[in-house]
Amino acid sequence: MRAYSNKKNAQAKPYFTDRFYTVPQIPKEDVSSDEIFAADLELLSSKFEISDSFIQRGQLVMIIKPSDIVAFMKVLKDELEYTFLSEMSASDFLEKDGEFEIFYQMLSLKKRKRLRVKYRITQGDAVDTITDVFKSADWAEREMYDMFGIVANNHPYMKRLIMPDDWSGHPLLKSYPLIGDEAGQWYEIDTIFGKEYREVVGPEIRDTKRVDPKDTKNFARVGHEVGYGEKPSNKPTDFGEFQEEGGVPLITRFTKDNQKTLSRRK
Amino acid sequence: MQQTPNRLSPFYENLVFERDDNMMIVNFGPQHPSAHGQLRLILELDGEQVVKAVPDVGYLHRGMEKMAENMIYNEYLPTTDRMDYIAAASNNYGFALAVERLLDIEKEIPRRAEIIRVMLLELNRIISHLFWLATHALDVGAMSVFLFCFREREFAMDLMEDYCGARLTHSAIRIGGVPLDLPSDFIDNLYAFITKFPNDIKDYEGLLTENRIWKMRLEEVGNLTPEDALNWGCSGVTLRGSGVAWDIRKEEPYSIYDELDFEVPVADKNDSYGRYKLYMEEMRQSVKILHQTIPLYKESEPGLMAKVPQYVSATKEEIMTDNFALMQHFVLVTQGMRPPVGEVYAATESPKGELGFYINSQGEPYPHRLKVRAPSFWHTSLLQHMLPGHYLADVVTIIGNLNIVFGEIDR
Repeated sequence: MRAYSNKKNAQAKPYFTDRFYTVPQIPKEDVSSDEIFAADLELLSSKFEISDSFIQRGQLVMIIKPSDIVAFMKVLKDELEYTFLSEMSASDFLEKDGEFEIFYQMLSLKKRKRLRVKYRITQGDAVDTITDVFKSADWAEREMYDMFGIVANNHPYMKRLIMPDDWSGHPLLKSYPLIGDEAGQWYEIDTIFGKEYREVVGPEIRDTKRVDPKDTKNFARVGHEVGYGEKPSNKPTDFGEFQEEGGVPLITRFTKDNQKTLSRRK
Repeated sequence: MQQTPNRLSPFYENLVFERDDNMMIVNFGPQHPSAHGQLRLILELDGEQVVKAVPDVGYLHRGMEKMAENMIYNEYLPTTDRMDYIAAASNNYGFALAVERLLDIEKEIPRRAEIIRVMLLELNRIISHLFWLATHALDVGAMSVFLFCFREREFAMDLMEDYCGARLTHSAIRIGGVPLDLPSDFIDNLYAFITKFPNDIKDYEGLLTENRIWKMRLEEVGNLTPEDALNWGCSGVTLRGSGVAWDIRKEEPYSIYDELDFEVPVADKNDSYGRYKLYMEEMRQSVKILHQTIPLYKESEPGLMAKVPQYVSATKEEIMTDNFALMQHFVLVTQGMRPPVGEVYAATESPKGELGFYINSQGEPYPHRLKVRAPSFWHTSLLQHMLPGHYLADVVTIIGNLNIVFGEIDR
């Protein structure tokens, strides 16, 4: 029977987790503990529906409705002086909740404060572009589309940014394996020579942990070591010939005077 | 010039010269020596004037954010070296700081480790700025500046090599501190370097600052208003070059920067020449910081890694003598640390600008999502706004002046 593989999450998993291990949480502080954030939140919550807000590691986090984002950003920029979009992207929670989480990391130079705006959408939903408010979102949204397949509505140039235009799949999805899916692994061969060339060229070794047992130039099979480039052998290695009296635990014939010591690194 | 692409000779995408509207399309790169990496820039030219510019990136994409989701935190640290490979220490620090903030062990870092970190960061800033000046001057046509800068950069890289054995990919700043104390002659060599270096800066300035060609090529080229700079997500020198005084080391001090005395230079003109002057001044400020760290280092108590057994391995001596430390080390190496559930965004001032790491942890040894806010990424997107209106010859000046490094754009 073929081994079970989780199609929704093909990423590395911890091989062992203690049964009694409880995961600690980063504490969420109340927004009223910070004057500036409390004032910001008061103004924002009078205009928009904010389902949750808290301070985590000194940064205000607000969770809003997806449809509010453009107006929300406008208020942040024009009224609250959060004039700098540091970062925006998504994270994949499809396996657990069936949703993407989109986050916008904002900075106010005047207040010296950073806050994060978040909302969740389901797969297949599009987000509204904020390029009208922040030009810098142009590439960030394109990268998000490229990596997650989340389209931004009304974006001036919604095209892949980093991967080639004819790439299939979105690499940062949890369902996308690290070594690439089939189309990804054969991308160069398929586009340049055609699919029928796959057999001629042969698969590329993409698993970095793979060891070819026949390759004696790069790897040594423990216990069966042979000389560089020689044919692999199943005979256990006899270390005795390199050691004193067939492998004694203590070196007896060592004299310091016979040894060559380098005075400086070569 | 009609092309017929087929499977064995794919579409030669470089040039389609004739168009109906008398515009010329030029593909700048991806193998252009002045593109500072693999930048493909599709330029629409009217005569010699750029009408439209479309940067195309991704040629150096290695999927670093994907890799992060498949690696334990300590395993990922050497990967960060390969982002901004000109200033690897600042990437290491950005990542280490984000993880430390996630674990809430920022205050546990020994003081000596913080001082060594600042030394490495500022030395790396000098290395990075020298590299910028060298390549930018070479692009604009000043060959000798290139040679001078690389000469001094070599001294600084030797210092780095003395400390950690590597010249470009240091991995010298770890989660929880630094791995090694300074070698015995490091302070003397560093002092010799930073006392000599200001004279070298004077040499570069003698060659460039009042140079007629340099001024003609840089002044009033690549203008960027403060509003546009903020709107396009510019940071670092590009933002300060537009007159916005914002340096994260000063405004949101991390490490020991709040104890150090340095200034943040700001340009009054928004052009490339102003940014050039800022880079020169920043190198002087880095020297000033390095001078202050030497007595701080001498006063500091030994101790290099934070003592948080849950997250950071004990020292080598303890691991070799204390059984429990060995067990914890084994678990941390094989399974990795498990940070608490939550998110963190930590921004640092790398030589290129605001380098931020967003980490979303779900309590597993692997980050659920790691997003790198690489300053060059946002500066490259600025090209589509900045280039139109300039002449073809200025394109090279602007690309060079923005100090973009493709390792961190494509990641």
